[in-house]
Amino acid sequence: MTTQLKPQSIVIEPAHRRAVIDWRELREYRDLFYFLIDRDIKVLYKQTVLGFGWAILRPVLSMVIFTVIFGGLAQVDSDGVPYALFSYAALVPWLYFSTALSAGALSLVNNTDMLTKVYFPRLIFPLTPVFSKLVDFAISFVLVFGLMAWFRVPPTPRLLALPLFIALMMLTTAGISLWLAAMSVQYRDVKHAMPFLTQILMYAAPVVWSAALIGERFGPTGRLLFGLYPMVGVIEGFRVALLNTGPLPWDMLGVGTLSAAIIFVTGLFYFRRMEVTFADVA
Amino acid sequence: MKLSSNGQANSHPEPDAAIVAEGVAKQYHIGLREQSRDTLLQSVLALVSAPLNNLRQLRRLSDVSDDDAPDVLWALRDVSFQVAPGEVVGLIGRNGAGKSTLLKILSRITPPTRGRVTLNGRVSSLLEVGTGFHPELTGRENVYLNGTILGMRKGEVDRRFDEIVAFSEVEKFIDTPVKRYSSGMRVRLAFAVSAHLQSEILLVDEVLAVGDAAFQEKCLRAMDGIAQTGRTVLLVSHNMQVIQQLCGRALLFEGGRLAADGAPPAVVAQYLSHAAAASLPSAVRLGDELCLNRLSVTQNGAPAGEWLDRGRPFEIHLHYDVLRPVRNLLLGFNVVAGDGANLFRTYDMLSAGLGERQPGSYESVLRLPGGVLPSGHYFFEVVAGLHRLRWLSKGDVRLRLNLGGGRETDVDFPGAVAPLGDWTVTPHGDASHGLNGSNRSDG
Repeated sequence: MTTQLKPQSIVIEPAHRRAVIDWRELREYRDLFYFLIDRDIKVLYKQTVLGFGWAILRPVLSMVIFTVIFGGLAQVDSDGVPYALFSYAALVPWLYFSTALSAGALSLVNNTDMLTKVYFPRLIFPLTPVFSKLVDFAISFVLVFGLMAWFRVPPTPRLLALPLFIALMMLTTAGISLWLAAMSVQYRDVKHAMPFLTQILMYAAPVVWSAALIGERFGPTGRLLFGLYPMVGVIEGFRVALLNTGPLPWDMLGVGTLSAAIIFVTGLFYFRRMEVTFADVA
Repeated sequence: MKLSSNGQANSHPEPDAAIVAEGVAKQYHIGLREQSRDTLLQSVLALVSAPLNNLRQLRRLSDVSDDDAPDVLWALRDVSFQVAPGEVVGLIGRNGAGKSTLLKILSRITPPTRGRVTLNGRVSSLLEVGTGFHPELTGRENVYLNGTILGMRKGEVDRRFDEIVAFSEVEKFIDTPVKRYSSGMRVRLAFAVSAHLQSEILLVDEVLAVGDAAFQEKCLRAMDGIAQTGRTVLLVSHNMQVIQQLCGRALLFEGGRLAADGAPPAVVAQYLSHAAAASLPSAVRLGDELCLNRLSVTQNGAPAGEWLDRGRPFEIHLHYDVLRPVRNLLLGFNVVAGDGANLFRTYDMLSAGLGERQPGSYESVLRLPGGVLPSGHYFFEVVAGLHRLRWLSKGDVRLRLNLGGGRETDVDFPGAVAPLGDWTVTPHGDASHGLNGSNRSDG
């Protein structure tokens, strides 16, 4: 069948032999991406008394709790810096990761009305929190410098490496979000498992404990294995870059970047494969 | 007002057709019925093996295969048609006939299982007004969000923003969070965004069924306007009046297949001749005495569908067989309002009396005057019984009817009953020059 196609014509076929990413389409919908991020940010603290104060309060409260329990009662080693600062430096990337991941994983399930009513590139959904949660992240990040001044910890040139860690943090969040979001449409188990998953992921990362323990217990191979979980490298990277607690963990960051890239690319494939069934299954 | 149809579909796709559908089919997996458990042991075992069964069932939901397994439903089968640019096409058919599935495929929400669709031009769909509206955001923010969800660019929304707001009549509250809006305001704003989409092809699904009578009227005028701008429109509606008014061509769907394609009056007539009987899937036995064969509705001497003009009388016909001689037969309707309120009951013994009725075929016709029931939907439940003996049927068979206004004015007359009465308006003294409106009643 030879049908003359105009430039804007669209062909809809069952076996979607499509590109993994349809760049033209994403470009057409970039305004929607922007407005969804904008919506997320504007809506988050509507009708709250503290507003964006929560962006500060959440990490600070967690810091206080961790400092009392792990720093005070359990006497966990904190690489020679005050435990409050030690945990806060890790909480900044960690809270970004856990909130963005939860929002991303449930982004499709929580928007099934849009999923079944309108078409637009579905990828926009899980990727929105990856960007919108950066606002909270930025606010809580600024406070690190206040705490550093309070505890008299001077900044070092290692701060310049932080943008790399932030990029890896976002890539990791995006990759795992893609997997979980695509799974959650068909298997609502994801929704119930999320609270436990984030808890497990937190204790698996050096948020309340020092990454130095990994090397002491398991040696360099153990460090590489732990590094496969990209947030290990990211959190240790934040701590070292901000608080100068040791050498930058390039070994874990290298392994972490590799595994984050693999998670992201496979997640993209999985998401695009499942995407065509979302509207039918949701 | 009728729009000209730019030509019928023919066997070869024209190079400049706006929409070409070739052999489109869509298959769904619906969940299998759960097995029943008889014993405690079976229940316990089932509980243990439930995760495995659930996994198998959930996996099948996204499994696309061509088999005819019991849990497979073909929502569309081998549908082919073409739509020329500028055509306004109505899609009609009973619920589940495949109209909405077709729109979902055309709007790329779900892919077809087989076949292929080519769309020449930008597509936007009004499958539901207000999708993505967020209650915490202001009207202005929601216009931008909703506009971009529907496929507009920010620049396009910028350009049409004032028009959209003017159409919605919510100028004063445009910077108020939408959660403070009345539901009417919300629908108006949402429809305003949709009505200003700038795409060559527009898919519309029952959006005209929302809001009050006055707003529906406005939506209809907007749809008229859209149709006249030369855009291609596919419109799903159960309102045959709307289809005949707006469309130049109609497609009738039955059981997932394209059953008719042509000028709206003919296609609508074909649909209605089936639709009236369609509320009964087959003849229904009422006790040992009666067999109800067919229910049909007429208004103005012609078969009518679900939608009736509330201002004119209409008739409901019961076609039935009496299987054995019966005395004291009560046969009639319980009339129930859409919200479940019982309005009244009436029997054909008012005409036929309670004497013996001999076996044979009968038709009982209930004629109701116009202007008694207000706009809304109603259920006519068939009630049959033997007086002072027993019921044969009470509410097993029900007919749904929608009473709407004629379209002369967009004024709504709310209330539980609607005998509107006769009005005379007489100007006195100074006001004698005061009656010059177009709707003035003479007399």
